[in-house]
Amino acid sequence: MRGLLLLLLWTAPVLATQAADPRRSGFETMSPALQAMQRDDALNPAMLWVKEGQVLWSQWACARCHASMAGVAARYPAFDAALKRPITLAQRIQQCRRQHQSSELAPESEALLSVTAFIALQSRGQPTTPPDDPRLQPYLSSGQALFQRRIGQLNLSCAQCHDERAGQRLSGSVIPQGHATGYPLYRLEWQGLGSLARRLRNCAIGVRAQAWAWDAQELVDLELYLARRGSGLALDAPAVRP
Amino acid sequence: MARTLITMPSKARRGELIEIRCLIGHVMETGYRRSDDGQLMPRDLIRAFRCEYGGAVVFSVELHAAVAANPLIAFWLRAADSGPLRFTWEGDRGFAQTEVLDLRVT
Repeated sequence: MRGLLLLLLWTAPVLATQAADPRRSGFETMSPALQAMQRDDALNPAMLWVKEGQVLWSQWACARCHASMAGVAARYPAFDAALKRPITLAQRIQQCRRQHQSSELAPESEALLSVTAFIALQSRGQPTTPPDDPRLQPYLSSGQALFQRRIGQLNLSCAQCHDERAGQRLSGSVIPQGHATGYPLYRLEWQGLGSLARRLRNCAIGVRAQAWAWDAQELVDLELYLARRGSGLALDAPAVRP
Repeated sequence: MARTLITMPSKARRGELIEIRCLIGHVMETGYRRSDDGQLMPRDLIRAFRCEYGGAVVFSVELHAAVAANPLIAFWLRAADSGPLRFTWEGDRGFAQTEVLDLRVT
């Protein structure tokens, strides 16, 4: 009896925190083997891209303007005053290359992914902190509407899987809650590094909808909404996912 | 030039067992897949990996089509003498990559 009471006392705080925040990142719902692969940088293949990103960072002399990138990945997508719309971290890097070094970086190119991974790593462990900018509101609402809109021949919305059926299975795989804490990440299915935009396009193809173009505003809006939805969750980029 | 990540201690005691992990960026294309336009994609594999230490091959592997992209090879080695460890990957299309890391044995 006394043992049971002790056990209850011991588990109570754990249960209480779980009740307070039911959100789980994809890291927590994947297999222990994959978790071990992500925890150890010597096993995580994404570190190959980080290494490449570090080389490009010094090659492009990014450090001449940017001293530290700690916490930067945690606050994107953010509003760009010149473009008058939100942009993602990858778009921010493309913009920097275009404006200051007159060089184009293709979306989802190895160079862009590498530098994004190098920057994202510097925010590892920090909570997602989407900016509290009123100018983002219309894009945020649009992202939320997109998340809940049924699309494709399968007529499914993001919310139907990742809100209503998270934790259940789709074929053999556990459906995660869809918190974008680890991007860009190494996906075993891709055998390579990919961005959140690639993941979102993948999901669109999965429900047999027309995938958005790489530079579509819809993708940015969705990323913006996902950042708000996962606000406060710790970043674990560059992650490993099945 | 492929990207490699080799994780090992830089120094060890004589007789100590050390773990060495070698990760390399490589597509490991099997030669059995077809591209979007139906063409067979040519085989592009790393065929062999070896580690030389103290003038001898201390570890070697043959790799085949079932190995995933960006292969990780991990093995244990008994530290004998101070000196360089030479890691070599060889493969199709003349692929060759060599990395040299020093081990200090005390």
